[in-house]
Amino acid sequence: MTFAIRAEGLVRRFGATTALAGVDLEVPTGTVFGLLGPNGAGKTTAVRVLATLLTADAGHATVGGYDVRRDAHQVRQLIGLTGQYASVDENLTGTENLLLIGRLLGLSRRDARDRAAELLAGFQLTDAAGRAAKTYSGGMRRRLDLAASLVGRPQVLFLDEPTTGLDPRSRNDLWDIVRGLVAEGVTVLLTTQYLEEADQLADEIAVVDHGRVIAQGTPEELKAKTGGQVLTVRPVEATDLATVLAVVGEVTGVDPEVTQTTVSAPVNGPGALPAVVRRLDDAEVQVAELALRGSSLDEVFLSLTGHRAEDTADTADLADTADALEGSPA
Amino acid sequence: MTAVTVAAPSARPVPARRLSPAAGLRHTGTLAWRSLVQIKHNPMELLDLSIQPVMFVLLFTYVFGGAISGSPGEYLTFALPGIIVQNAFFATMTTGFGLNQDLTKGVFDRLRSLPVARWSPLAGRIVADTVKQAWSLSLLLGVGMILGFRLGNGLLGLLAAFALLLVFSLAAAWMSVLVGVLVSEPDKVQIFGFTVIFPLSFTSNAFVPTETMPSWLQHWVEVNPVTILANALRGLLVGGPVAGPVLQSLLWAVVIAAVFAPLAVRGLRRRL
Repeated sequence: MTFAIRAEGLVRRFGATTALAGVDLEVPTGTVFGLLGPNGAGKTTAVRVLATLLTADAGHATVGGYDVRRDAHQVRQLIGLTGQYASVDENLTGTENLLLIGRLLGLSRRDARDRAAELLAGFQLTDAAGRAAKTYSGGMRRRLDLAASLVGRPQVLFLDEPTTGLDPRSRNDLWDIVRGLVAEGVTVLLTTQYLEEADQLADEIAVVDHGRVIAQGTPEELKAKTGGQVLTVRPVEATDLATVLAVVGEVTGVDPEVTQTTVSAPVNGPGALPAVVRRLDDAEVQVAELALRGSSLDEVFLSLTGHRAEDTADTADLADTADALEGSPA
Repeated sequence: MTAVTVAAPSARPVPARRLSPAAGLRHTGTLAWRSLVQIKHNPMELLDLSIQPVMFVLLFTYVFGGAISGSPGEYLTFALPGIIVQNAFFATMTTGFGLNQDLTKGVFDRLRSLPVARWSPLAGRIVADTVKQAWSLSLLLGVGMILGFRLGNGLLGLLAAFALLLVFSLAAAWMSVLVGVLVSEPDKVQIFGFTVIFPLSFTSNAFVPTETMPSWLQHWVEVNPVTILANALRGLLVGGPVAGPVLQSLLWAVVIAAVFAPLAVRGLRRRL
């Protein structure tokens, strides 16, 4: 197997903060690799190091067999970068943006123009080709962004949170485009905070938190790794929520998640369900719904990191919710 | 959405090891083109480059002319070189403004992820801004001549004035680059321009003869680079001493570049 991207022990600090605390990655050629983690986990820093925009303090990495530091110029000829921090020029039209990139990549004027037209058509931007990018909608702008990173026909594509802030339809469009690129042999490194996105697109996922890879595998492996099952309990009376929360918390050993009146938590081992049933019975809590199901990546993330993927502050929020619930029933 | 046809060609050239200097120049040219094409979609910039200088010439000539020099015509001869210098200083701010915009919006990262010469994004911007400077200068001189400004040293003086102003602007652009890499958003570059360049250009003899100012202020006015450059342009465009002010102007340009270019480059490195 050949690897389009390899990284070993990448460390990068910004002053007192450690953005990358020793990251190892191996991305097989022609696959989609998902870097999954909350804001500030170090995903973008990892992409910036691999895309030659930033040098690591320690460790090394290769893209397409070239060292990102020593052979940065070669690496730049192989990659495309799209993301939160690599963007199109808002004061140029769609065509001009792509012409600019094509010309910088050494295409002749005619070739750059042909390539721009081809990409704009492929991304359904032909009608907007002559308008300044600042007039584009969010979805159009992302498509133009992606088109700009494809002008040079990259072998390795970095997509840094490509769908953040997009509506579901534009997100689905973008996913389709990525799938099409992979079918053509492009290797994609994708960072995302959306577990669904990683689940949908990635062949392999590395879960990143606080600058470290804390788990890695296929989406299925990851789901299986954490016990693979989630217990959900919904009491008949909302006033019993605090009791349910306490019971589920004690049995599973994690902070359960509460959505409206449903309490859920990942479980490990076969003993959890009977234990919860017994204890709820002892507490005379009537249960409207009690279920054990295969976990989603959401829950995987929760069990791995102890907090939700969307927001690092959520652990605190959950504790607050539990406190509030404990205090409320009279 | 239909599949996008972006198939990678099967025969792929081996990546080149390094860039030729000629390629770097070509990148610079392309990026300069980009900065100039932007004007088309941002008419405000054209306004800054064109209407504002013309407005200054008209207002100063007809409002202050009589009071300061006795007649608008005589004042124009004195003040036009000064207005040119002030305008050039303000125009250097576009470099920092545009650079900051590229940095904050992510365009700079996109450019750096491409196999282009590392210096070309900055060089392209500065080349484009020099073209803009030349445009403003031509416009100011053109309007001035319509209003009665007369060249005392013919074409040679005119060309020398052009060259001196552009050299000085290139040096002063480093101040702008430094501001552009230090501030967090483009608008702050303009605030800097206003709070520093405005007083700098007014505490000079650009608009008013030095003798009319209080003596403590005169000390500053005499060494102010705006004064020195305005005197050099007066010498070249109208007549009078040339060698002294031109040399002093070049000296200022060297000092400004020597101080601010390393700071700006260091600031840019730290920011990336």
